[in-house]
Amino acid sequence: MMLASIIMAAEPAASHAASAGVDWSAVMAFVLDLLTVAGLAGGLFFVLAGSVGVIRLPDFYTRLHAAGMTDTLGAELILIALMLQADGWQMVAKLALVGFFLFVTSPTATHAVAHAAWKAGEKPKLGRWKAAPLEDET
Amino acid sequence: MDMVMPYVMLAAAMFLLVSMVLMLARLIGGPSLYDRLLAVNSFGTKTVLFLCVFCFIINRPDGVDIALLYALMNFIATIAVLKYFNYRALSVDLRDVSNLPHPPTTDERL
Repeated sequence: MMLASIIMAAEPAASHAASAGVDWSAVMAFVLDLLTVAGLAGGLFFVLAGSVGVIRLPDFYTRLHAAGMTDTLGAELILIALMLQADGWQMVAKLALVGFFLFVTSPTATHAVAHAAWKAGEKPKLGRWKAAPLEDET
Repeated sequence: MDMVMPYVMLAAAMFLLVSMVLMLARLIGGPSLYDRLLAVNSFGTKTVLFLCVFCFIINRPDGVDIALLYALMNFIATIAVLKYFNYRALSVDLRDVSNLPHPPTTDERL
């Protein structure tokens, strides 16, 4: 968002510099697009990793760990990447608000779910992960 | 680069849809109530992200308002459902702790 405002402020200077042979506004747009692609890729990696973790991990608290931590970071990365593509400060402000509320409420909700589950007697799996016991060990 | 960006957004939306489907699988098959709640909460977060990306795809900035509203409602709904399943009522005054009904144990819960 800071980058976008800097670019908007630098617009006349960029067109002035175009006579020197380098179109700086196009270069900055290209850099912004690259940053957007990088942010989207990173955020989607975290979001997908969290989803796979929620499917695959063995007990409730590990699933909560996977979902709660990756959702916050992935959402922030994706929203910042979208902010770099936004035109106009209103869009940037709205995306920043969405990011702020997600940043505050997502860990709070995760903590509330964990606390309620612990109060209700949900037990974590402790110790090293073990294979299913053999028939004669039961 | 203007040619490439819409496809990047489309790919991001499709990846978000995939992760939403994974969350739905945990929501349907979750063994305990709290797994389902976790899945609903995470599904809501991914819905907010999908709405933001979708606004950029269809080039209408209005949808970000809906995403903002959905982010807040998702949090409030999670807290309300947690309170309901802990105290079996939404009108419990949490300030007088002595009158609180006992939270359900592991055997009683859904």
